[in-house]
Amino acid sequence: MPGREEALAALGRAALHAVDVVRDVWALLRDIAFWLFIAPWKRQRAGVRWESVIEQGVRIGWDAIPIVVLINFFVGMISALQSASLLKRFGQLLLVANAVALSTTRELGPLLTAVIVAGRSGSAFTAEIGSMKMAEEVDALSTMGLNPTRFLIVPRVLAMSIAVPLLTLAADFMGIFGGWLIAVTVVDLGSWQYLRHTADAIDMGDVMRGLTKSCVFGGIIATVGCYLGVHVEGGAEGVGRSTTNSVVVSIFLVIFANLIFTAFFYMIE
Amino acid sequence: MNETAAGRQSTSAESAPAREPVIEVRNLETYFGDRHILKDVSFDVLRGEIFVILGGSGSGKSTLLRHIIGLLRPSGGSIKIFGHETVDIGEEEWEKLRRRMGVLYQGGALFNSMSVGDNVALPLREFTDLPEATIGIQVRLKLGLVDLAGFERLRPDQLSGGMKKRAGLARAIAMDPQVLFFDEPSAGLDPIAGAGLDELILRLRATFGMTIVVVTHEMESVKKIADRVLMLFKGEAVAVGRLDEVMKNPHLRVQQFFHRQADEEKVDPRQYLDYLTAGGRREL
Repeated sequence: MPGREEALAALGRAALHAVDVVRDVWALLRDIAFWLFIAPWKRQRAGVRWESVIEQGVRIGWDAIPIVVLINFFVGMISALQSASLLKRFGQLLLVANAVALSTTRELGPLLTAVIVAGRSGSAFTAEIGSMKMAEEVDALSTMGLNPTRFLIVPRVLAMSIAVPLLTLAADFMGIFGGWLIAVTVVDLGSWQYLRHTADAIDMGDVMRGLTKSCVFGGIIATVGCYLGVHVEGGAEGVGRSTTNSVVVSIFLVIFANLIFTAFFYMIE
Repeated sequence: MNETAAGRQSTSAESAPAREPVIEVRNLETYFGDRHILKDVSFDVLRGEIFVILGGSGSGKSTLLRHIIGLLRPSGGSIKIFGHETVDIGEEEWEKLRRRMGVLYQGGALFNSMSVGDNVALPLREFTDLPEATIGIQVRLKLGLVDLAGFERLRPDQLSGGMKKRAGLARAIAMDPQVLFFDEPSAGLDPIAGAGLDELILRLRATFGMTIVVVTHEMESVKKIADRVLMLFKGEAVAVGRLDEVMKNPHLRVQQFFHRQADEEKVDPRQYLDYLTAGGRREL
């Protein structure tokens, strides 16, 4: 039956492609680890290109501050309104502060920041590296004796892993600030009362959990963006397709990683 | 390599002055899946010569170049550069070898995030301890060599196609390489800019005594610059030798190529129908 044979062949091709992707991603991760942790001590002129890390950090972190703080400010306000409408029924309006503080520092701050960064910078990584590949710039680096992983990927991964937690800190602050603004203007809670409840609700562990997650999210977004950029094929259309895939895959993997983290933290609690 | 090509190569070796080979390619084979791209290709590139790899579209000349510069590993055979076998060496050894080589890509491959001057300075900053002032002098010197003096502050997107290639060439020679590779140097250039690039290639060889390997299908350029040529057809080396020798080669494809003759091969209608109905899965 030709239809069945073709379906089996397609399944086989998809499985082989999946194996290739896993092997390539593993090779890329090994390469990143080598140029990040081993090569700077083992090889001459193989250190991390810090000027490039700073340049990328400014683009990923500093330039994203307005959009990250604004979105988290609004989401903090939404969280306060939603939790107030629920908690009012139980006469526990003061717990609005706890709800906003915990949801922001543990989940919303890291997750929303990662989603924004995936859309802004992860896609930019894919487009930049993909366009460089199409213009033979990646080949030019190799033939000059400059390793493309060290030159292009390591600074981006490092900058992303540093910038995303810092953005998350700003996001946490603005989320709580948004919640406070709603609490004191709409819900009629006292300002000091709200702040005291916030301080009681969260401890350093909550913030650190969020920051740990966001550091991993940054690594995921950068690796996906760079991997898809390096593997771009098919000219300008291919660059567009890979850029879209970069956002979709990054957001999927970030949410999946978040699930694993949340389950892990739940179990150790 | 077929007998004709082997014969041509030995004839050329006898007539040319004895020079050591810088690149030695032996029995090179390449497969992409079940497609046989390069078939038993063998040739030498001698020190100080301009060696041109010729062939039509899809003949395998770009694949061959990518093997020689280490961007692609062949399926079989051997490639020696400066006497070092390169087919199975590691990335670290390749990086050292590549510092003795320069490559000019079709579009120049300049980094758009940097100025022209920073592009040329990049290998000097990465591989030498020269002070910035000396690097600046080197950059101006190399840009002057390719007639781009004073352009170091411009960005690549502010240059024309020919200027991009010349700036790419300045970067390729920044570390004074012993071997220089050109991938389709005249592609996309008007005849005047193409001729200018040919002059530049000849000037570089005369000034620095570099070994130069050029991949092209531009016959005018070949006639002007080539010392020896390798002619590829469907992955086979059909002729290797001095240009005048290869031009006399009776091989049909060589004569068609040099005399710009169209392919007179007729397609069998039944075979063509099979090709159409197989949805592209069968070769014509």
